[in-house]
Amino acid sequence: MAATEQTIKQVNTLGNSDYKYGFSTEVDEIRPPKGLNEEIIKFISAQKDEPEWMLEWRLNAFKVFNKLPKPQWAKLNIPEIDYQDCYYYSIPKSLKDKPKSLDEIDPEILKTYEKLGIPLKEQKMLSGIAVDAVFDSVSVATTYKKQLSDLGIVFCSISEAVKTHPELVKKYLGSVIPVSDHSFAALNSAVFTDGSFIYIPEGVRCPVELSTYFRINAMNTGQFERTLIIADKDSYVSYLEGCTAPMRDENQLHAANVELVALDNAEIKYSTVQNWYPGDKEGKGGIYNFVTKRGACRGKNSKISWTQVETGSAITWKYPSCILQGDNSKGEFYSVAITNNMQQADTGTKMIHIGKNTSSKIISKGISAGKANNTYRGLVNILSKAKNARNFTQCDSLLIGNQCGAHTVPYIESSNSDSMVEHEATTSKINEDQLFYCQQRGLNSEDAVGLIVNGFCKEVLQHLPMEFAVEAQKLVAISLEGSVG
Amino acid sequence: MLEIKNLHVSIEEKKIIKGLDLSINKGEVHALMGPNGSGKSTLSYVLSGKDKYEINDGTIDYNGKNLLELDVDERANEGLFLAFQYPMEIPGVQTSFFLKTAINSKRKYLGQSEMDALEFAKLMKSKAEELNISTEMLKRDLNVNYSGGEKKKQEILQMSMLSPKMAILDETDSGLDIDALRIVSEGVNKLRNSDNSFLVITHYQRLLNYIKPDFVHIIADGKIVKSGDYSLALELEEKGYEEISQTA
Ligand SMILES: Nc1ncnc2c1ncn2[C@@H]1O[C@H](COP(=O)(O)OP(=O)(O)OP(=O)(O)O)[C@@H](O)[C@H]1O
Ligand SMILES: [Mg+2]
Repeated sequence: MAATEQTIKQVNTLGNSDYKYGFSTEVDEIRPPKGLNEEIIKFISAQKDEPEWMLEWRLNAFKVFNKLPKPQWAKLNIPEIDYQDCYYYSIPKSLKDKPKSLDEIDPEILKTYEKLGIPLKEQKMLSGIAVDAVFDSVSVATTYKKQLSDLGIVFCSISEAVKTHPELVKKYLGSVIPVSDHSFAALNSAVFTDGSFIYIPEGVRCPVELSTYFRINAMNTGQFERTLIIADKDSYVSYLEGCTAPMRDENQLHAANVELVALDNAEIKYSTVQNWYPGDKEGKGGIYNFVTKRGACRGKNSKISWTQVETGSAITWKYPSCILQGDNSKGEFYSVAITNNMQQADTGTKMIHIGKNTSSKIISKGISAGKANNTYRGLVNILSKAKNARNFTQCDSLLIGNQCGAHTVPYIESSNSDSMVEHEATTSKINEDQLFYCQQRGLNSEDAVGLIVNGFCKEVLQHLPMEFAVEAQKLVAISLEGSVG
Repeated sequence: MLEIKNLHVSIEEKKIIKGLDLSINKGEVHALMGPNGSGKSTLSYVLSGKDKYEINDGTIDYNGKNLLELDVDERANEGLFLAFQYPMEIPGVQTSFFLKTAINSKRKYLGQSEMDALEFAKLMKSKAEELNISTEMLKRDLNVNYSGGEKKKQEILQMSMLSPKMAILDETDSGLDIDALRIVSEGVNKLRNSDNSFLVITHYQRLLNYIKPDFVHIIADGKIVKSGDYSLALELEEKGYEEISQTA
C-alpha cells in the first residue's frame, strides 16, 4: 500500500480515544441557570465580589454585544450558536470560599491537574515555571506567587487583580481590544470569568516562565477567559498557556480576550499550546475556540512575539495581532495550525504599523489531514506615518491526503512608500519519497509523517520555551496519528 | 540470505525487470554492474519495498521470509538497508536526531529499550570519525545543502550505525572524491563479516579494487546476462557492456 495512502487510512481511523485529556472530573458545582441576560452578569460579578465599576463595565459591554452582528469574514462553517442554551458560570463548590492554601482544595481537582502534568503542590511544582490553573470559571491556584512578588511582579487571576490592583485593571482592561471591537469581544467583556493578570514592573526581567493552564470541565459551559499582561518600561516576560477539555458530544464554547501592553523597551513573548478536544472523526463535539488576542507595542523599541501551536478544537478562530505604535517596535507571529478529520481552523495575524521603523515578521505553517480545512488569514497594514516599516510574511501549507483543504488569504495595505513588504507562500503535498526514505530507515509510516511534519514546523517550534518544545513536538505527531495497527 | 527467482517487475505498464535470478548467501559481497537504465535502481527499490512497482511474477525469499509481504519499515528493521543513489533531503530534521530515531525504531521493533543518550552520542561520534564526518555536519538538517559526496557518506554513516544484515549500495561511489572513496570502502569492509551480505551496484571497477566482491553480475535490459568472479569486472572495463553482453 502506498505510504501516504496508508497514513491517510490511519489518520482517518483516528478515533477520539486518542485524545489523552478527554477525562472529566466529578465535582459539585455552583452553576446558575442557562441563559445570557443581565441577571447572570450580576450573578457572576457578585460571585466574584467585584467592585461596582467592574459590574457597570460588564453591563455596558452586554448592551454593546446586543447591538453587534456576528463576525462573518472567516472561511468557517459555524453552526448558529444559541447563547441562551449555555451556562456562563460554573465553579466547583469547594472553591467558592477562596481556599487559603492548597490543602483546602478538593483533592479531585488537584488530581486533575496532576493527571494533566501540571502539579500544583509545592514539592512537585514544575521548576522554572509559575502556573496559574483555571478550572472552568475560576482560578484554582497560582504557584510561585511569593517569589515573584518579591520582585514586584504581579501574577494572579484577573478576578483577584480587579480587587488588588484596580488602578492597573481600570487603566488597561479594554484598552487594546475595545469592547465594541466585535461580538465575541463584547460577549467576553460582559461575562468573562477568569484568566491571568500579569504586571512586570519597570526594569524587571521575569526570571521564570509564567503560564496558565485552562481546563474546561463542566458540561454545556462556556469558558470566557480574560487575560491581561502589562510589561512596564525595560521589562521582559515570557508567558505560556495550555488548554484541554473532556470529550463530550456537545460543542462547547471558549471565547477569550487576551490583551498585552508593552511599554518602552519592554518585551513580551506569548506562547500557546492549544489542545482543546477536537471532536470525534465525524465532527461530533469539540470546542469552539473563538479567541481575540491583541498586543499593543505602545513604547518605543518594544516587542511582542506570539507563538502558537494549534492542534485541538473543532473550530479555531483566532488572529493574534500586534499594534506597532512605538517607534522601532517589533511584532512577530509564529504559528503552527494542524487540522485533522473534520476540524476547521481559520487563523492568522494582523500587524498594524503605526510608528516609524516598525517591523513585523509572520511565519505560518498550516497542516491539513482528513477532511479538514485550514486557512491562514492575515493583514499587514502600514499607515502613512509608519516611515520605513518592514514586514516579512511566509505561509507554508502541507496537505496529507486528497480530501483536505488549505487556503491562504493575505491582505496587505500600505499607505507609505518607504515601507517594504515581502510575502512568500507555498502549498505542497507530503512528499512520498521522503516518507519512503524514512521508512527504509525503520520508521513506521506514522512516525515518518510525524518526523517530516515536525521538520516542516521547526522554524515555529523553536520559538517555544525550551521546556515545552519537546511536548509540542510530540503533540504535533500525535494529532496526526491514528491508532497503530 | 536473499534468493530472487524469476523476478518480473513493471512500472506504469512498462516492463523493467524481466526474469531476474539472484542468490546471495551470508557473508558474501555481490557486485551488480550494468548500463544506464538496465534496472539496477529498480531492483533496489523493489527489494526495499517502494510502492508503485508491480511484481508480475517471481519470488523473493529473505532469511526464510517472503520479502514481498513485508512493509517497508519491517524490511528495514529485519536488517535490509538501502544506501540510496539519490538520498532525500529532510528539512527541519537534524541529522543526529534522524539517526537516533532510526536506531530507536529498530530497537523498538526488536523489543529493546531506547538507546541511552550517552551511548548513542558515543556511537555516533566514533562512526562519524571513521568516515571523516564532522560533528558540525551532524547538527545540520538531514542532507539539506549537503554536497553530492557528503550525502553518500551520510548514507554509509547510517548504514554503519544500523549494522544491517543485507545492505544494498546503489552507486554509492558516484560523486565521491578519491579519498572519500577509500574512506567509504574502508567503512564497508569494516562492517563486512560472515553474518552479513552486500549488494554493491556500481559503474566503476575502481570501487571493486577496494571492496573485493565474491561475485560480479552484469545486468542488461532487466536480466542478469553474465555472472562471474572479480575478473569479470576487469574484463568489462576492457571490453564494455556491448561486447560482454554479446558473448553471453
Ligand atoms: N516511474 C517510472 N516510470 C516509467 N519508467 C521508469 C520509472 N522509473 C524508472 N523507469 C525506467 O526504468 C528503467 C530502469 O531504471 P533504473 O533507475 O532502474 O536504471 P538503473 O539501472 O539504475 O540506471 P542508472 O545506471 O542510470 O542508475 C529506465 O529506463 C527508467 O527510465
Ligand atoms: Mg540507478
